[in-house]
Amino acid sequence: MKLVGFLLMLAGWFLVLAALEMLGAATPRALFVLAGFAVEVLGLALVFRANLAPPEAEP
Amino acid sequence: MGQPSPWVSEITTALCLVSILLVPLAVVGLAVLTNGLGKSRSAAHAMLASMCVIAVAALVYIAVGFSWEGFAGCAAHVITVGGKPWDWMARQPFFLRGLELNGSPALLSVVLQMFAVGITAMIPLNAAADRWRLGPICASTAVLAGWTYPLFAHWAWGGGWLSQLGTIYGLGSGFLDTGGASTIHVVGGLTALSMVWILGPREGKYSPEGMPVGIPGHNLVNVVFGCLLAWAGWLGLNSAGAMLFGGAPPSGLVLVEINTTLCAAASALVAVVVTRLRFGRPDASIAGNGWVGGLVASSAATAMLRPAAAILIGLIAGVLVALSVEWLELWLRVDDPGGAVSAHAVAGLWGLFAAGVFAGMGSRAAPGQWLAQLVGIATLVGFVLPLTYGLNWVLNRILPYRVESDGERQGMDLHELGAGAYPEFMIHSDDFIQR
Repeated sequence: MKLVGFLLMLAGWFLVLAALEMLGAATPRALFVLAGFAVEVLGLALVFRANLAPPEAEP
Repeated sequence: MGQPSPWVSEITTALCLVSILLVPLAVVGLAVLTNGLGKSRSAAHAMLASMCVIAVAALVYIAVGFSWEGFAGCAAHVITVGGKPWDWMARQPFFLRGLELNGSPALLSVVLQMFAVGITAMIPLNAAADRWRLGPICASTAVLAGWTYPLFAHWAWGGGWLSQLGTIYGLGSGFLDTGGASTIHVVGGLTALSMVWILGPREGKYSPEGMPVGIPGHNLVNVVFGCLLAWAGWLGLNSAGAMLFGGAPPSGLVLVEINTTLCAAASALVAVVVTRLRFGRPDASIAGNGWVGGLVASSAATAMLRPAAAILIGLIAGVLVALSVEWLELWLRVDDPGGAVSAHAVAGLWGLFAAGVFAGMGSRAAPGQWLAQLVGIATLVGFVLPLTYGLNWVLNRILPYRVESDGERQGMDLHELGAGAYPEFMIHSDDFIQR
């Protein structure tokens, strides 16, 4: 779960970079950046959740 | 406007240098704060670790770190995507070779960051107190000062892609961070969070049911003294940063000093009020973290804020720090004895976003500034956090970070240094009993 969380954070960051490069208009670019950031927050939540589990319960 | 006269330039250089020379006070302040918030049986270890961190950070940064960071306009690794240049990393020789050793802005920036990287490295130490061994502390600091810090600092301060978001993509003036809210504090705060995750909570911090047990800092006088010492350092840090990375003239430093102090004051007072409302009495350690959080939040754009905006940023930073300390400890099981994640990462991220909203007000309005700030924040959370966690996770496999269970019970002073910080006092009679 922790690894998935970190991969989601990286994926969100790549979405942000892609938004900068691929979208020229201000509104779609801002929405895409916000979406990328939301993916990062989801990844962060997963990592926090993985750290809540006691060590013996980790995969 | 013509070129500044040599006299003005020398005055600017001297003023910048004086500001930079205040920055070690921030490092010392954080060291004293770390000492106060830790246990008495780890107090000497905390101070020695702080000294080692400052030493390793300065040596590694000068030896290799600055080579990756560079300065605006220096040789760099640039990738061209869609016809647009993405400046990823500087390409400078090691040991400052190729840099003229005079009073140039590039060299002043080196001096500032030689101290600043010490602040960054002190932040994880604050969070991982009472359980992190000295050898791994030095190794982790070397990685932070030699790679993680310079990489992000290049993007934000060294002419990298974040600083060019304005010119390339039309996002305001590019990513704005004149005093190091991102490069110094959020990078340090996210590394602190990684360290807490890797090390796990201190023994006895959580009951089997998962409820946290209060382990108070051993010296609250040191905590508050450290915060006040850090204030003097921050005035220098924000002033020098505003001149070197924000292009502020010497006359602009008056506003820097006002805003830095207002932001810290508002943040500390609101932390006092929040803890009074939550616990019935003000909490000195959280109020101290509120003060530091206000200083951190002020760092993003202190030269470009109106005083009222600085107060508002401080008020919100104080609420965020006070609530996030409790939230992280109670709900997310983050055992951060120094409150470093809240005071540096949470307050720093807020300060960066607020800079995009408030620094663009009035005549300085720059469309898209908030989006540039959000891209910077997304880079910190989406790239720097996985990077710093991954590097420390690997290092922990090679050189185990956490002290043995017996050592933790005995205290880091006796276990690692062979002598306690306060040999004439026996404060915890049960500390050395094998359980």
